[in-house]
Amino acid sequence: MRIAVLMKDVPDLVEELEVEDGALPLDDMSFVPSEWDDQALEEALLIKEETGADVTVVAIDTGEVDGLMFTALAKGADRAVKLAGGFSRRLANRQRGAVLAQYCQTQGFDLVMTGVQAIDDLDGQIAGWVAGNLEVGHASVVRDVRAGADTVKVVQEYSGGKMAELELPLPAVLGIQAARKPPRYVTVAKVRQLQKTASVETVDVSEPTAPTLSVRKIYKPEAAGHAQMWGDDVDEVSEKIVNLLEDKKLLRS
Amino acid sequence: MADIVVVGEIQNGVVTDATQELLTRARDLATARSRSVAVLAFGKDAEAAVKTADADEAVVVVDQAVEEYNPGVYEATLVTWLTENPALLILLSNTTMGMDLGAALAARLQIAMIAYCTDLRIEGSSELATCQIYGGKLAAEVELPDRAVVTVIPGSWAASGRSGIPMVHRFNAQPSPISVVKVIEPDASGDVDITRADILVSVGRGIQDPDNLELADELAQAIGGVVSCSRPVVDAGWLPRSRQVGKSGQTVKPKLYLALGISGAPEHLQGMKDAELIVAVNSDENAPIFDVAHYGATADILDLMPALTEKLNGRNG
Repeated sequence: MRIAVLMKDVPDLVEELEVEDGALPLDDMSFVPSEWDDQALEEALLIKEETGADVTVVAIDTGEVDGLMFTALAKGADRAVKLAGGFSRRLANRQRGAVLAQYCQTQGFDLVMTGVQAIDDLDGQIAGWVAGNLEVGHASVVRDVRAGADTVKVVQEYSGGKMAELELPLPAVLGIQAARKPPRYVTVAKVRQLQKTASVETVDVSEPTAPTLSVRKIYKPEAAGHAQMWGDDVDEVSEKIVNLLEDKKLLRS
Repeated sequence: MADIVVVGEIQNGVVTDATQELLTRARDLATARSRSVAVLAFGKDAEAAVKTADADEAVVVVDQAVEEYNPGVYEATLVTWLTENPALLILLSNTTMGMDLGAALAARLQIAMIAYCTDLRIEGSSELATCQIYGGKLAAEVELPDRAVVTVIPGSWAASGRSGIPMVHRFNAQPSPISVVKVIEPDASGDVDITRADILVSVGRGIQDPDNLELADELAQAIGGVVSCSRPVVDAGWLPRSRQVGKSGQTVKPKLYLALGISGAPEHLQGMKDAELIVAVNSDENAPIFDVAHYGATADILDLMPALTEKLNGRNG
Protein backbone atom coordinates (compact mmCIF):
# COMPACT_ATOMS: atom_id res chain seq x y z
CA MET A 1 0.00 0.00 0.00
CA ARG A 2 1.22 3.48 -0.85
CA ILE A 3 0.16 6.25 1.49
CA ALA A 4 0.57 9.98 0.95
CA VAL A 5 0.47 12.27 3.97
CA LEU A 6 -0.25 15.88 3.02
CA MET A 7 1.37 18.28 5.45
CA LYS A 8 1.75 22.01 5.86
CA ASP A 9 3.11 24.41 8.41
CA VAL A 10 1.08 27.15 10.05
CA PRO A 11 1.85 30.20 12.19
CA ASP A 12 2.81 29.29 15.74
CA LEU A 13 -0.08 30.33 17.98
CA VAL A 14 2.23 30.45 20.96
CA GLU A 15 3.39 33.76 19.54
CA GLU A 16 1.29 36.89 19.73
CA LEU A 17 -0.55 37.36 16.42
CA GLU A 18 -0.04 40.93 15.25
CA VAL A 19 -2.14 42.22 12.38
CA GLU A 20 -0.71 44.92 10.10
CA ASP A 21 -2.96 46.81 7.69
CA GLY A 22 -5.66 44.17 7.81
CA ALA A 23 -3.32 41.26 7.09
CA LEU A 24 -0.98 38.94 8.96
CA PRO A 25 2.72 39.62 8.28
CA LEU A 26 3.39 35.95 7.56
CA ASP A 27 6.97 36.50 6.44
CA ASP A 28 7.89 37.72 9.93
CA MET A 29 6.26 34.87 11.81
CA SER A 30 7.52 31.51 12.99
CA PHE A 31 5.80 28.39 11.70
CA VAL A 32 5.13 24.94 13.11
CA PRO A 33 3.66 21.81 11.48
CA SER A 34 -0.13 21.83 11.61
CA GLU A 35 -0.98 19.70 14.65
CA TRP A 36 -3.65 17.67 12.82
CA ASP A 37 -1.22 16.89 9.99
CA ASP A 38 1.09 15.51 12.68
CA GLN A 39 -1.78 13.27 13.78
CA ALA A 40 -2.24 12.11 10.18
CA LEU A 41 1.47 11.34 9.86
CA GLU A 42 1.41 9.34 13.10
CA GLU A 43 -1.60 7.31 11.95
CA ALA A 44 0.13 6.63 8.62
CA LEU A 45 3.29 5.49 10.39
CA LEU A 46 1.24 3.14 12.59
CA ILE A 47 -0.27 1.64 9.42
CA LYS A 48 3.23 1.30 8.00
CA GLU A 49 4.32 -0.61 11.10
CA GLU A 50 1.29 -2.89 10.83
CA THR A 51 1.22 -3.54 7.10
CA GLY A 52 4.56 -2.48 5.64
CA ALA A 53 2.92 0.39 3.76
CA ASP A 54 5.12 2.94 2.04
CA VAL A 55 4.61 6.47 3.42
CA THR A 56 5.35 9.57 1.35
CA VAL A 57 5.08 12.98 2.96
CA VAL A 58 3.98 15.68 0.52
CA ALA A 59 4.10 19.43 1.16
CA ILE A 60 3.81 22.48 -1.03
CA ASP A 61 6.91 24.63 -0.95
CA THR A 62 5.61 27.93 0.36
CA GLY A 63 8.86 29.01 1.91
CA GLU A 64 10.34 26.79 4.54
CA VAL A 65 8.93 23.27 4.69
CA ASP A 66 12.20 21.31 4.74
CA GLY A 67 12.17 21.21 8.54
CA LEU A 68 8.83 19.45 8.76
CA MET A 69 9.78 17.10 5.92
CA PHE A 70 13.08 15.99 7.48
CA THR A 71 11.29 15.58 10.81
CA ALA A 72 8.73 13.33 9.09
CA LEU A 73 11.57 11.29 7.54
CA ALA A 74 13.24 11.01 10.94
CA LYS A 75 9.97 9.71 12.36
CA GLY A 76 9.85 6.96 9.76
CA ALA A 77 8.38 8.28 6.52
CA ASP A 78 9.93 6.66 3.44
CA ARG A 79 9.94 9.65 1.09
CA ALA A 80 9.44 13.39 1.31
CA VAL A 81 8.27 15.32 -1.73
CA LYS A 82 8.16 19.09 -1.98
CA LEU A 83 5.93 20.56 -4.68
CA ALA A 84 7.56 23.69 -6.04
CA GLY A 85 6.03 26.42 -8.17
CA GLY A 86 7.00 29.73 -6.63
CA PHE A 87 4.08 29.60 -4.19
CA SER A 88 3.61 32.23 -1.51
CA ARG A 89 2.84 31.64 2.14
CA ARG A 90 -0.65 32.99 1.44
CA LEU A 91 -1.52 30.14 -0.93
CA ALA A 92 -5.22 29.42 -0.32
CA ASN A 93 -6.54 25.93 0.32
CA ARG A 94 -8.51 25.83 -2.92
CA GLN A 95 -5.22 26.27 -4.77
CA ARG A 96 -3.40 23.92 -2.40
CA GLY A 97 -6.08 21.30 -2.98
CA ALA A 98 -5.72 21.62 -6.75
CA VAL A 99 -1.91 21.36 -6.65
CA LEU A 100 -1.94 18.39 -4.26
CA ALA A 101 -4.64 16.55 -6.22
CA GLN A 102 -2.73 17.12 -9.45
CA TYR A 103 0.37 15.51 -7.92
CA CYS A 104 -1.51 12.66 -6.22
CA GLN A 105 -3.26 11.88 -9.52
CA THR A 106 0.08 11.19 -11.16
CA GLN A 107 1.37 9.00 -8.31
CA GLY A 108 -1.47 6.52 -7.83
CA PHE A 109 -1.45 6.55 -4.03
CA ASP A 110 -3.86 4.07 -2.43
CA LEU A 111 -4.55 6.26 0.55
CA VAL A 112 -4.17 10.01 1.00
CA MET A 113 -4.21 11.23 4.60
CA THR A 114 -4.07 14.73 6.01
CA GLY A 115 -5.18 16.61 9.11
CA VAL A 116 -8.90 17.14 9.58
CA GLN A 117 -8.28 20.88 9.62
CA ALA A 118 -5.64 23.56 10.09
CA ILE A 119 -5.90 26.86 11.94
CA ASP A 120 -5.80 28.82 8.68
CA ASP A 121 -8.44 26.89 6.72
CA LEU A 122 -10.39 29.99 5.73
CA ASP A 123 -11.53 28.46 2.47
CA GLY A 124 -12.20 24.90 3.55
CA GLN A 125 -10.26 21.85 4.58
CA ILE A 126 -7.61 20.20 2.43
CA ALA A 127 -9.04 16.66 2.62
CA GLY A 128 -12.29 17.76 0.99
CA TRP A 129 -10.59 19.87 -1.68
CA VAL A 130 -8.21 17.06 -2.65
CA ALA A 131 -10.90 14.36 -2.65
CA GLY A 132 -13.29 16.56 -4.61
CA ASN A 133 -10.63 17.31 -7.21
CA LEU A 134 -9.66 13.65 -7.47
CA GLU A 135 -13.33 12.59 -7.40
CA VAL A 136 -12.56 9.73 -5.02
CA GLY A 137 -14.27 8.65 -1.83
CA HIS A 138 -13.34 10.44 1.35
CA ALA A 139 -14.19 10.76 5.00
CA SER A 140 -13.11 13.42 7.42
CA VAL A 141 -13.20 13.83 11.21
CA VAL A 142 -11.97 10.24 11.39
CA ARG A 143 -9.60 8.12 13.46
CA ASP A 144 -8.73 4.43 13.97
CA VAL A 145 -7.70 3.80 10.36
CA ARG A 146 -7.48 0.10 9.52
CA ALA A 147 -6.13 -0.52 6.05
CA GLY A 148 -6.99 -3.68 4.14
CA ALA A 149 -5.99 -4.83 0.66
CA ASP A 150 -8.73 -3.01 -1.24
CA THR A 151 -10.56 -1.03 1.41
CA VAL A 152 -9.95 1.05 4.49
CA LYS A 153 -12.07 1.11 7.64
CA VAL A 154 -12.25 4.25 9.76
CA VAL A 155 -14.22 5.55 12.72
CA GLN A 156 -15.95 8.86 12.05
CA GLU A 157 -16.84 11.06 15.02
CA TYR A 158 -20.08 13.01 15.46
CA SER A 159 -21.27 15.33 18.20
CA GLY A 160 -22.31 13.95 21.56
CA GLY A 161 -19.85 11.07 21.44
CA LYS A 162 -21.68 9.18 18.68
CA MET A 163 -19.46 7.51 16.06
CA ALA A 164 -19.75 5.23 13.04
CA GLU A 165 -17.42 2.77 11.41
CA LEU A 166 -17.17 3.40 7.68
CA GLU A 167 -15.62 1.28 4.96
CA LEU A 168 -14.21 3.03 1.90
CA PRO A 169 -12.82 1.43 -1.24
CA LEU A 170 -9.29 2.46 -2.17
CA PRO A 171 -8.15 4.92 -3.34
CA ALA A 172 -9.55 7.20 -0.67
CA VAL A 173 -8.79 10.48 1.08
CA LEU A 174 -9.03 10.82 4.87
CA GLY A 175 -9.10 13.88 7.13
CA ILE A 176 -7.60 12.62 10.39
CA GLN A 177 -8.92 13.95 13.69
CA ALA A 178 -6.54 12.01 15.90
CA ALA A 179 -4.07 9.15 15.65
CA ARG A 180 -4.39 6.07 17.80
CA LYS A 181 -1.29 7.15 19.71
CA PRO A 182 0.13 10.61 20.44
CA PRO A 183 2.50 11.71 17.63
CA ARG A 184 5.96 10.29 18.17
CA TYR A 185 8.82 12.57 19.12
CA VAL A 186 12.21 12.73 17.47
CA THR A 187 15.14 14.69 18.79
CA VAL A 188 16.58 17.64 16.90
CA ALA A 189 19.89 15.74 16.86
CA LYS A 190 18.28 12.80 15.05
CA VAL A 191 16.71 15.13 12.48
CA ARG A 192 20.04 16.86 11.90
CA GLN A 193 21.81 13.55 11.57
CA LEU A 194 19.29 12.39 9.00
CA GLN A 195 19.65 15.61 7.02
CA LYS A 196 23.21 14.54 6.19
CA THR A 197 22.07 11.40 4.40
CA ALA A 198 18.41 11.79 3.39
CA SER A 199 16.98 14.17 0.86
CA VAL A 200 13.73 15.90 0.07
CA GLU A 201 12.66 15.41 -3.54
CA THR A 202 11.49 18.52 -5.36
CA VAL A 203 8.80 18.22 -8.00
CA ASP A 204 7.89 21.22 -10.14
CA VAL A 205 4.16 21.69 -10.50
CA SER A 206 2.08 24.19 -12.43
CA GLU A 207 0.29 27.08 -10.82
CA PRO A 208 -3.43 26.48 -10.22
CA THR A 209 -5.92 28.74 -11.96
CA ALA A 210 -8.85 28.58 -9.51
CA PRO A 211 -9.96 31.98 -8.20
CA THR A 212 -9.22 32.97 -4.61
CA LEU A 213 -11.49 34.54 -2.01
CA SER A 214 -11.50 38.29 -1.68
CA VAL A 215 -10.49 38.91 1.93
CA ARG A 216 -11.23 42.49 2.97
CA LYS A 217 -9.36 42.32 6.23
CA ILE A 218 -8.00 40.13 8.98
CA TYR A 219 -8.50 41.49 12.48
CA LYS A 220 -8.59 40.66 16.14
CA PRO A 221 -12.25 40.13 16.97
CA GLU A 222 -13.81 42.23 19.67
CA ALA A 223 -15.41 39.75 21.97
CA ALA A 224 -19.01 40.40 22.99
CA GLY A 225 -17.80 40.00 26.53
CA HIS A 226 -14.63 39.40 28.42
CA ALA A 227 -13.86 37.81 31.73
CA GLN A 228 -13.31 40.01 34.73
CA MET A 229 -9.61 39.28 35.31
CA TRP A 230 -8.15 38.44 38.71
CA GLY A 231 -4.43 38.43 37.89
CA ASP A 232 -1.92 35.64 38.48
CA ASP A 233 -1.41 35.47 42.25
CA VAL A 234 -2.32 31.94 43.31
CA ASP A 235 -3.49 32.85 46.81
CA GLU A 236 -5.57 35.79 45.66
CA VAL A 237 -7.14 33.84 42.81
CA SER A 238 -8.03 30.89 45.07
CA GLU A 239 -9.56 33.28 47.58
CA LYS A 240 -11.64 34.95 44.89
CA ILE A 241 -12.85 31.61 43.53
CA VAL A 242 -13.92 30.49 47.01
CA ASN A 243 -15.71 33.82 47.61
CA LEU A 244 -17.45 33.54 44.25
CA LEU A 245 -18.62 30.01 45.02
CA GLU A 246 -19.93 31.24 48.34
CA ASP A 247 -21.81 34.14 46.69
CA LYS A 248 -23.34 31.80 44.13
CA LYS A 249 -24.20 29.28 46.86
CA LEU A 250 -22.12 26.62 45.14
CA LEU A 251 -20.11 25.66 48.20
CA ARG A 252 -21.02 22.46 49.89
CA SER A 253 -22.43 23.13 53.34
CA MET B 1 -34.64 26.33 -8.42
CA ALA B 2 -33.68 28.02 -5.16
CA ASP B 3 -30.94 30.64 -4.81
CA ILE B 4 -29.94 29.66 -1.29
CA VAL B 5 -29.81 26.01 -0.23
CA VAL B 6 -29.57 24.90 3.38
CA VAL B 7 -28.27 21.36 3.80
CA GLY B 8 -30.26 20.38 6.87
CA GLU B 9 -29.48 18.01 9.68
CA ILE B 10 -32.20 16.06 11.48
CA GLN B 11 -31.78 14.62 14.96
CA ASN B 12 -34.40 12.68 16.88
CA GLY B 13 -36.95 13.51 14.21
CA VAL B 14 -36.53 17.28 14.29
CA VAL B 15 -34.42 19.89 12.50
CA THR B 16 -31.34 20.64 14.62
CA ASP B 17 -30.86 24.05 16.25
CA ALA B 18 -27.86 24.61 13.96
CA THR B 19 -30.00 24.02 10.87
CA GLN B 20 -32.70 26.36 12.24
CA GLU B 21 -29.99 29.02 12.52
CA LEU B 22 -28.98 28.48 8.89
CA LEU B 23 -32.62 28.73 7.77
CA THR B 24 -33.02 31.99 9.70
CA ARG B 25 -30.10 33.73 8.04
CA ALA B 26 -30.90 32.20 4.66
CA ARG B 27 -34.37 33.76 4.84
CA ASP B 28 -32.96 37.13 5.99
CA LEU B 29 -30.53 37.22 3.04
CA ALA B 30 -33.16 35.97 0.60
CA THR B 31 -35.69 38.59 1.66
CA ALA B 32 -33.17 41.40 1.26
CA ARG B 33 -32.23 40.26 -2.25
CA SER B 34 -35.61 38.85 -3.42
CA ARG B 35 -34.24 35.35 -3.52
CA SER B 36 -35.64 31.95 -2.62
CA VAL B 37 -34.61 29.35 -0.05
CA ALA B 38 -34.58 25.57 -0.23
CA VAL B 39 -33.77 23.09 2.50
CA LEU B 40 -32.46 19.66 1.61
CA ALA B 41 -32.59 16.93 4.24
CA PHE B 42 -31.98 13.20 4.46
CA GLY B 43 -33.72 10.29 6.14
CA LYS B 44 -37.14 8.89 6.91
CA ASP B 45 -37.87 11.70 9.39
CA ALA B 46 -36.86 14.43 6.94
CA GLU B 47 -40.26 15.12 5.41
CA ALA B 48 -42.04 15.53 8.73
CA ALA B 49 -39.15 17.58 10.10
CA VAL B 50 -38.94 20.10 7.26
CA LYS B 51 -42.61 20.48 6.32
CA THR B 52 -42.86 23.61 8.50
CA ALA B 53 -39.34 24.93 7.79
CA ASP B 54 -39.01 28.59 6.81
CA ALA B 55 -38.14 27.73 3.21
CA ASP B 56 -39.84 28.02 -0.17
CA GLU B 57 -38.91 24.52 -1.14
CA ALA B 58 -37.95 21.38 0.78
CA VAL B 59 -36.14 18.51 -0.87
CA VAL B 60 -36.18 15.24 1.03
CA VAL B 61 -34.07 12.20 0.32
CA VAL B 62 -35.61 9.06 1.77
CA ASP B 63 -33.67 5.84 1.31
CA GLN B 64 -32.23 3.13 3.53
CA ALA B 65 -28.78 4.32 2.40
CA VAL B 66 -29.22 7.73 4.06
CA GLU B 67 -30.68 6.64 7.40
CA GLU B 68 -27.23 7.04 8.88
CA TYR B 69 -24.83 9.72 7.68
CA ASN B 70 -22.77 8.31 4.82
CA PRO B 71 -20.32 10.80 3.28
CA GLY B 72 -20.30 8.99 -0.07
CA VAL B 73 -24.07 8.79 -0.55
CA TYR B 74 -24.70 12.28 0.84
CA GLU B 75 -22.03 13.85 -1.37
CA ALA B 76 -23.10 12.02 -4.52
CA THR B 77 -26.72 13.01 -3.89
CA LEU B 78 -25.89 16.65 -3.16
CA VAL B 79 -23.58 16.96 -6.17
CA THR B 80 -26.26 15.52 -8.45
CA TRP B 81 -29.05 17.73 -7.08
CA LEU B 82 -26.92 20.88 -6.95
CA THR B 83 -25.68 20.31 -10.50
CA GLU B 84 -29.28 20.16 -11.66
CA ASN B 85 -30.24 23.05 -9.36
CA PRO B 86 -27.24 25.39 -9.23
CA ALA B 87 -27.69 27.53 -6.12
CA LEU B 88 -25.76 30.72 -5.40
CA LEU B 89 -25.18 29.95 -1.76
CA ILE B 90 -25.04 26.50 -0.13
CA LEU B 91 -25.09 26.59 3.67
CA LEU B 92 -23.97 23.75 5.94
CA SER B 93 -23.33 23.73 9.66
CA ASN B 94 -19.73 23.33 10.73
CA THR B 95 -20.48 19.88 12.15
CA THR B 96 -18.85 16.62 11.09
CA MET B 97 -21.07 16.69 8.01
CA GLY B 98 -20.09 20.26 7.14
CA MET B 99 -16.38 19.62 7.66
CA ASP B 100 -16.65 16.39 5.71
CA LEU B 101 -18.66 17.61 2.74
CA GLY B 102 -18.09 21.37 2.45
CA ALA B 103 -14.82 21.57 0.54
CA ALA B 104 -15.51 18.39 -1.42
CA LEU B 105 -18.82 19.81 -2.64
CA ALA B 106 -17.12 23.07 -3.58
CA ALA B 107 -14.46 21.17 -5.52
CA ARG B 108 -16.98 18.97 -7.31
CA LEU B 109 -19.16 21.98 -8.19
CA GLN B 110 -16.09 24.12 -8.97
CA ILE B 111 -17.22 26.96 -6.75
CA ALA B 112 -15.72 28.79 -3.76
CA MET B 113 -15.76 27.68 -0.14
CA ILE B 114 -15.87 29.74 3.04
CA ALA B 115 -15.31 27.93 6.35
CA TYR B 116 -15.84 28.66 10.06
CA CYS B 117 -18.35 31.41 9.28
CA THR B 118 -19.80 33.30 12.26
CA ASP B 119 -21.74 35.99 10.40
CA LEU B 120 -23.35 36.48 7.00
CA ARG B 121 -24.67 39.91 6.14
CA ILE B 122 -25.42 42.46 3.47
CA GLU B 123 -23.63 45.80 3.49
CA GLY B 124 -24.75 48.04 0.66
CA SER B 125 -24.17 46.15 -2.56
CA SER B 126 -21.82 43.65 -0.90
CA GLU B 127 -22.56 40.36 0.78
CA LEU B 128 -20.03 39.58 3.47
CA ALA B 129 -19.00 36.69 5.67
CA THR B 130 -17.06 36.87 8.89
CA CYS B 131 -14.97 33.81 9.69
CA GLN B 132 -13.11 32.60 12.74
CA ILE B 133 -9.51 31.60 12.07
CA TYR B 134 -6.32 30.86 13.99
CA GLY B 135 -8.15 29.05 16.78
CA GLY B 136 -10.56 31.95 17.24
CA LYS B 137 -7.76 34.46 17.85
CA LEU B 138 -8.42 36.28 14.57
CA ALA B 139 -11.37 36.95 12.30
CA ALA B 140 -11.51 37.45 8.55
CA GLU B 141 -14.00 39.53 6.62
CA VAL B 142 -14.62 37.94 3.25
CA GLU B 143 -16.71 39.05 0.26
CA LEU B 144 -19.14 36.36 -0.81
CA PRO B 145 -18.32 35.34 -4.36
CA ASP B 146 -21.06 34.70 -6.93
CA ARG B 147 -21.40 31.09 -5.83
CA ALA B 148 -20.07 29.49 -2.66
CA VAL B 149 -20.39 26.72 -0.12
CA VAL B 150 -20.34 28.21 3.39
CA THR B 151 -19.97 26.25 6.64
CA VAL B 152 -21.32 28.08 9.68
CA ILE B 153 -20.27 27.52 13.29
CA PRO B 154 -23.38 26.48 15.26
CA GLY B 155 -24.57 29.13 17.73
CA SER B 156 -23.20 32.03 15.70
CA TRP B 157 -26.62 33.72 15.67
CA ALA B 158 -30.06 33.00 17.10
CA ALA B 159 -32.74 31.08 15.24
CA SER B 160 -35.84 33.17 14.59
CA GLY B 161 -38.39 30.49 15.35
CA ARG B 162 -40.20 31.40 12.13
CA SER B 163 -41.95 28.62 10.26
CA GLY B 164 -43.23 28.23 6.73
CA ILE B 165 -44.99 25.93 4.32
CA PRO B 166 -42.39 24.83 1.79
CA MET B 167 -43.26 22.92 -1.34
CA VAL B 168 -41.90 19.43 -0.64
CA HIS B 169 -40.19 17.33 -3.33
CA ARG B 170 -38.48 13.98 -3.13
CA PHE B 171 -35.10 13.28 -4.65
CA ASN B 172 -33.42 9.92 -5.04
CA ALA B 173 -30.29 9.02 -3.10
CA GLN B 174 -27.32 8.48 -5.37
CA PRO B 175 -25.17 5.36 -4.94
CA SER B 176 -21.70 5.31 -3.42
CA PRO B 177 -19.26 2.48 -2.69
CA ILE B 178 -18.73 3.85 0.84
CA SER B 179 -20.66 1.88 3.46
CA VAL B 180 -21.58 2.43 7.09
CA VAL B 181 -20.42 -0.76 8.82
CA LYS B 182 -21.89 0.05 12.22
CA VAL B 183 -23.02 2.95 14.35
CA ILE B 184 -21.28 3.30 17.70
CA GLU B 185 -23.50 4.97 20.29
CA PRO B 186 -22.02 7.23 22.97
CA ASP B 187 -19.92 5.48 25.57
CA ALA B 188 -22.17 3.81 28.13
CA SER B 189 -19.30 2.20 29.98
CA GLY B 190 -20.55 3.33 33.35
CA ASP B 191 -18.26 6.34 33.59
CA VAL B 192 -19.73 9.48 35.13
CA ASP B 193 -22.12 11.50 32.91
CA ILE B 194 -20.53 14.96 32.73
CA THR B 195 -23.71 16.46 31.22
CA ARG B 196 -25.47 15.91 34.57
CA ALA B 197 -22.80 17.43 36.83
CA ASP B 198 -23.47 20.80 38.49
CA ILE B 199 -19.77 21.60 38.73
CA LEU B 200 -17.12 20.64 36.18
CA VAL B 201 -13.39 21.00 36.79
CA SER B 202 -12.26 20.89 33.19
CA VAL B 203 -8.62 20.50 32.21
CA GLY B 204 -6.84 21.14 28.94
CA ARG B 205 -3.39 20.99 27.45
CA GLY B 206 -2.12 23.13 30.35
CA ILE B 207 -2.31 20.09 32.62
CA GLN B 208 0.99 19.12 30.90
CA ASP B 209 1.35 15.62 32.30
CA PRO B 210 -1.10 12.82 33.16
CA ASP B 211 0.32 12.68 36.68
CA ASN B 212 -1.09 16.16 37.25
CA LEU B 213 -4.64 14.87 36.77
CA GLU B 214 -4.51 13.81 40.40
CA LEU B 215 -4.50 17.51 41.32
CA ALA B 216 -7.67 18.03 39.26
CA ASP B 217 -9.31 14.97 40.86
CA GLU B 218 -8.53 16.26 44.34
CA LEU B 219 -9.90 19.69 43.45
CA ALA B 220 -13.05 18.17 41.95
CA GLN B 221 -13.57 16.17 45.12
CA ALA B 222 -13.10 19.23 47.33
CA ILE B 223 -15.45 21.37 45.25
CA GLY B 224 -18.08 18.66 44.79
CA GLY B 225 -17.61 18.42 41.05
CA VAL B 226 -16.47 16.11 38.30
CA VAL B 227 -13.35 16.25 36.10
CA SER B 228 -13.92 16.89 32.40
CA CYS B 229 -11.51 17.95 29.69
CA SER B 230 -10.81 19.37 26.26
CA ARG B 231 -9.95 17.29 23.20
CA PRO B 232 -6.12 17.16 23.49
CA VAL B 233 -6.36 15.44 26.89
CA VAL B 234 -8.49 12.67 25.35
CA ASP B 235 -6.25 12.39 22.28
CA ALA B 236 -3.26 11.93 24.58
CA GLY B 237 -5.12 9.04 26.21
CA TRP B 238 -5.13 10.70 29.64
CA LEU B 239 -8.94 10.73 30.11
CA PRO B 240 -11.72 8.75 28.39
CA ARG B 241 -13.87 10.23 25.64
CA SER B 242 -16.83 10.28 28.00
CA ARG B 243 -15.14 13.21 29.77
CA GLN B 244 -14.62 15.33 26.64
CA VAL B 245 -16.41 18.66 26.29
CA GLY B 246 -16.79 20.21 22.84
CA LYS B 247 -17.93 19.70 19.29
CA SER B 248 -16.98 16.05 19.09
CA GLY B 249 -17.64 15.45 22.79
CA GLN B 250 -20.42 16.51 25.12
CA THR B 251 -22.30 19.79 25.32
CA VAL B 252 -22.54 20.81 28.97
CA LYS B 253 -24.41 23.51 30.87
CA PRO B 254 -23.24 23.14 34.49
CA LYS B 255 -23.77 25.72 37.25
CA LEU B 256 -19.97 26.18 37.33
CA TYR B 257 -17.43 25.40 34.61
CA LEU B 258 -13.91 25.81 35.95
CA ALA B 259 -11.65 25.74 32.87
CA LEU B 260 -8.03 25.04 33.78
CA GLY B 261 -5.32 25.28 31.14
CA ILE B 262 -7.88 25.38 28.32
CA SER B 263 -7.18 27.94 25.61
CA GLY B 264 -10.72 27.90 24.22
CA ALA B 265 -10.54 26.63 20.65
CA PRO B 266 -13.87 27.19 18.86
CA GLU B 267 -14.57 23.45 18.97
CA HIS B 268 -14.33 23.50 22.76
CA LEU B 269 -16.32 26.70 23.27
CA GLN B 270 -19.14 25.15 21.24
CA GLY B 271 -19.63 22.61 24.02
CA MET B 272 -19.52 24.81 27.15
CA LYS B 273 -20.24 28.45 26.36
CA ASP B 274 -23.75 28.22 27.81
CA ALA B 275 -22.59 27.18 31.28
CA GLU B 276 -24.21 29.35 33.98
CA LEU B 277 -20.88 30.47 35.43
CA ILE B 278 -17.49 30.11 33.76
CA VAL B 279 -14.20 30.67 35.55
CA ALA B 280 -11.12 30.24 33.36
CA VAL B 281 -7.48 30.02 34.37
CA ASN B 282 -4.86 30.10 31.63
CA SER B 283 -1.36 31.55 31.52
CA ASP B 284 -2.07 33.19 28.12
CA GLU B 285 -4.02 36.36 28.85
CA ASN B 286 -5.14 36.46 25.20
CA ALA B 287 -6.61 32.97 25.23
CA PRO B 288 -10.10 32.94 23.61
CA ILE B 289 -11.53 31.15 26.67
CA PHE B 290 -11.53 34.54 28.44
CA ASP B 291 -13.99 35.87 25.86
CA VAL B 292 -16.69 33.53 27.11
CA ALA B 293 -15.62 33.27 30.77
CA HIS B 294 -17.22 35.45 33.42
CA TYR B 295 -14.08 35.48 35.55
CA GLY B 296 -10.52 34.75 34.59
CA ALA B 297 -7.00 34.49 35.97
CA THR B 298 -3.54 33.93 34.56
CA ALA B 299 -2.22 31.99 37.55
CA ASP B 300 -0.23 28.76 37.12
CA ILE B 301 -2.86 26.02 37.29
CA LEU B 302 -0.42 23.50 38.74
CA ASP B 303 0.03 25.80 41.74
CA LEU B 304 -3.58 26.95 41.84
CA MET B 305 -5.20 23.51 41.95
CA PRO B 306 -3.59 22.37 45.25
CA ALA B 307 -3.95 25.84 46.78
CA LEU B 308 -7.66 25.96 45.97
CA THR B 309 -8.15 22.38 47.14
CA GLU B 310 -6.52 23.21 50.44
CA LYS B 311 -8.71 26.28 50.93
CA LEU B 312 -11.86 24.35 50.14
CA ASN B 313 -10.92 21.42 52.35
CA GLY B 314 -10.12 23.88 55.15
CA ARG B 315 -13.65 25.27 54.87
CA ASN B 316 -15.21 21.85 54.61
CA GLY B 317 -13.48 21.04 57.88
